[in-house]
Amino acid sequence: MKPFDLSQLSRAHEVRFSSDEPADEKLPWPQFTVADLNFFYGSHQALRGIDLIVPNKRVMAFIGPSGCGKTTLLRTFNRMNETIPGTRVEGSIRLGDKDLFSFPATRLRRVVGMVFQKPSPFPKSIFDNVAYGLRLDPSIRRNEIADKVEQSLRRAALWDEVKDKLHQSANGISGGQQQRLCIARALAVEPEVLLLDEPCSALDPISTAKIEDLLFEIKNLCTIVIVTHNMLQAARVADYVGFFLNGELVELNRAKQIFQNPEMQQTQDYITGRFG
Amino acid sequence: MSASYPPLSRKIINVAMLALTGLCTLLVLAVLLTILGYLLWKGASSLNIAFFTKIPAPVGQSGGGVENAIVGTLKLLALASAIGVPIGLLGGIYLSEFAGGWSAFTIRYTTDLLNGVPSVVMGIFVYTLVVLPMHHFSTMAGGIALGIMMIPIALRSTEDFLRAVPRSLREGGLALGASKSETIFTIVIPAAIYGIITGIMLDIARVAGETAPLLFTAFGNLYDSPGWMQPTASLPVVIYNYAISPYDVWHQQAWAAGFVLLSGLLVISVVSRMVLARGKKLSHG
Amino acid sequence: MANTVLATPEVPFESRGLDKKQTWWERLRKGDEVVHLITLAGGWSILVITGLLVQHLWVYSRLSRHAFGWHFLVDSTWDPVNGVFGAWPFVYGTVVTSLLALAISIPIGLGAAIFLAELAPRKLSNALTFLIELLAAVPSVIYGLIGIFLLIPVLFNVVPYFQKYFGWLPIFNGTFYGVSYFSASIVLSIMVVPFIISISREVLISVPVSQREAMMALGATKWDVTWRAVVPYARQGIMGSIFLSLARALGETMAVTMVIGNVAQVSTSLMAPGYTIAAVIANEFTEATGDLYLHALIELGLVLFVVTMIFNALARLLMLTMKGHEVVG
Repeated sequence: MKPFDLSQLSRAHEVRFSSDEPADEKLPWPQFTVADLNFFYGSHQALRGIDLIVPNKRVMAFIGPSGCGKTTLLRTFNRMNETIPGTRVEGSIRLGDKDLFSFPATRLRRVVGMVFQKPSPFPKSIFDNVAYGLRLDPSIRRNEIADKVEQSLRRAALWDEVKDKLHQSANGISGGQQQRLCIARALAVEPEVLLLDEPCSALDPISTAKIEDLLFEIKNLCTIVIVTHNMLQAARVADYVGFFLNGELVELNRAKQIFQNPEMQQTQDYITGRFG
Repeated sequence: MSASYPPLSRKIINVAMLALTGLCTLLVLAVLLTILGYLLWKGASSLNIAFFTKIPAPVGQSGGGVENAIVGTLKLLALASAIGVPIGLLGGIYLSEFAGGWSAFTIRYTTDLLNGVPSVVMGIFVYTLVVLPMHHFSTMAGGIALGIMMIPIALRSTEDFLRAVPRSLREGGLALGASKSETIFTIVIPAAIYGIITGIMLDIARVAGETAPLLFTAFGNLYDSPGWMQPTASLPVVIYNYAISPYDVWHQQAWAAGFVLLSGLLVISVVSRMVLARGKKLSHG
Repeated sequence: MANTVLATPEVPFESRGLDKKQTWWERLRKGDEVVHLITLAGGWSILVITGLLVQHLWVYSRLSRHAFGWHFLVDSTWDPVNGVFGAWPFVYGTVVTSLLALAISIPIGLGAAIFLAELAPRKLSNALTFLIELLAAVPSVIYGLIGIFLLIPVLFNVVPYFQKYFGWLPIFNGTFYGVSYFSASIVLSIMVVPFIISISREVLISVPVSQREAMMALGATKWDVTWRAVVPYARQGIMGSIFLSLARALGETMAVTMVIGNVAQVSTSLMAPGYTIAAVIANEFTEATGDLYLHALIELGLVLFVVTMIFNALARLLMLTMKGHEVVG
């Protein structure tokens, strides 16, 4: 896998550069390469001709109004959409240099982890929640699990808050802690990519801030793709932002560029609150 | 709106009819309390140690008990559960997790219909299915009859409780690389387990009082019934036989047996609701 | 905030085992197909059992069906000794007791359901409903016990007064022996009333507030709103509960057997003893000598099965269209 040039981020969308940044900035190799992707729920087309590259070890955010397809694209990256009957995907996605659809979905999802909108801890203890993914893999030895659980909880900045109640029900902690627990759960299997589907939309501002801090900490561990309604959040955490509208990728650019000087009129309208 | 609306006559009808609905409720509650109270009074006064430890005394003699019927009922319920619970669980998992479209509809509808089959008809069915080929009544036949009767409720309650598990939990498991079946067995079923257990306990309580299907399958027995291949006594059938007998001693025994049977059912019913409440408490912190 | 520093070296995919060939063990452990197949067997066993049930009832009633045809249902002679079987007394008794039971339990059950759904505070309503549903958990044989030793002695005291004033009506005249259509109907009505209350209450509770507000805004009384807006809106579910109760009453065996008298006759008077289909099966099945006798009893079972299935199917259809209501029992 080779590093690539920023201008190659999308064949369909020109990525512009502001004067204070080098135009020939090299990005790490492409984590996902999406080419001409179409997605259907029954006869309804949710994604139209999507074309983009997600760079490794970067944070990419997808923004756009409800129903614009951003969550659908996110759920295509770990093939969660396959669990919904009546869905169909056309086009190609490559994970690194391999076809995403050539792997068994259960293995793929251990490499591409996901955190959902609503905190969804399993009705088990905090420890068992984090250990869940580890225990699915018979090659992980039992005695490693406790260490890995602690490591994951530390990475999710939750260890100090829950270390005394590891064996209590995960439903007993606050919503923000639950969401960080879900992040710890996803990190425990050491994924290469972490997908986050509006992870803070159900949380209060303080919990949101904690999760954003956490994203900064883990972005050098894995590639992060985050879907968000909150443009300020996208501006704070993302390196690159894609703006979606009606199933199409309208614009893909540096975060700074897209919020300060977007290329497309529709992006401008959205970020200034004229719709959505 | 003027103060005279609604007119006085309407107001009187209002109060009268509402009072009448309250009376209906009171009437039903009074019947319930009478039944429970009378059974408690007659039953408890007829109970003694021999009732639990002795087999029936010969006709006309006092003393004796229904030890054989208590053991028989327990054996029948154990066999019924061994048949009804696994099939009900599997079917419930199938309906909730795998079935779709016409297959789900057909099974669900058929299950509800099977649940409505009169118990006496179920007795005939198992008679032709088991007793005729074997040429004699047996604990086995009675257990099969009760087991078949358990399936519909076990299946539908399992399905309902599995369905109530939110999709977010299933997706959480799948997103960690669990397969669908791993998610079902390690997340969905554990999340619904208290409800499932409650449903099964109530199901057992329901068939424990069934009498008609046992008349031509387990039949009855004045003595202990070793093994599974001989006719056996059971509490409901004993209540029936004793109640329609002309002997006062047996009437006493029928009341005692009714009291023991109903107490058992009510205990199961209350305990299972406590299990459900505990499950709710656990899953909500 | 472009991040140009690579913090950690990336891990090549190959090392994550994504490309590794799946072992048969992994395939089995992850195998949804196996679980699908096993649970499918559990689900389909319901269809197999129901199919066997219908087949057995049909095959084991063939002698009687061939010998008597449709006359079986309308002939009044039930003579095992001479091998003549007509089911009319049982059909008549079953229909009379079930309809009378519903006539008693529908108004009372509906009244109680209205009280519990519309008037009682929700907490009290839930507690009372729990108690009433206990009635549904009492085994049939215990209702029979109560019927024989509590209800019938009470009726012996009440019925003579009743007959003094209403005895001129054919349905009330004749000697009262205790065991009768009337006693069986009362026991049956007690047994089905919890179903009517429980299901109707659920249906009434779920009637949307908008249905009530429209009439309340016009200044209607509470009763007007309930009777003219809420109950009509819920009538489908209420009908469902009635059909379900009817199916149960038709098929009820033990309690009826113990209080109806078990006499194969057709009487106009409700005070006379009678017989029902379920009761004759329960009483005579183990004593049936000869194949024709047995087949006649099984044909009675077939009739009972078909009739209860029809009412159950109707009830389920009605309630299926009312979404979100689980049927008790």
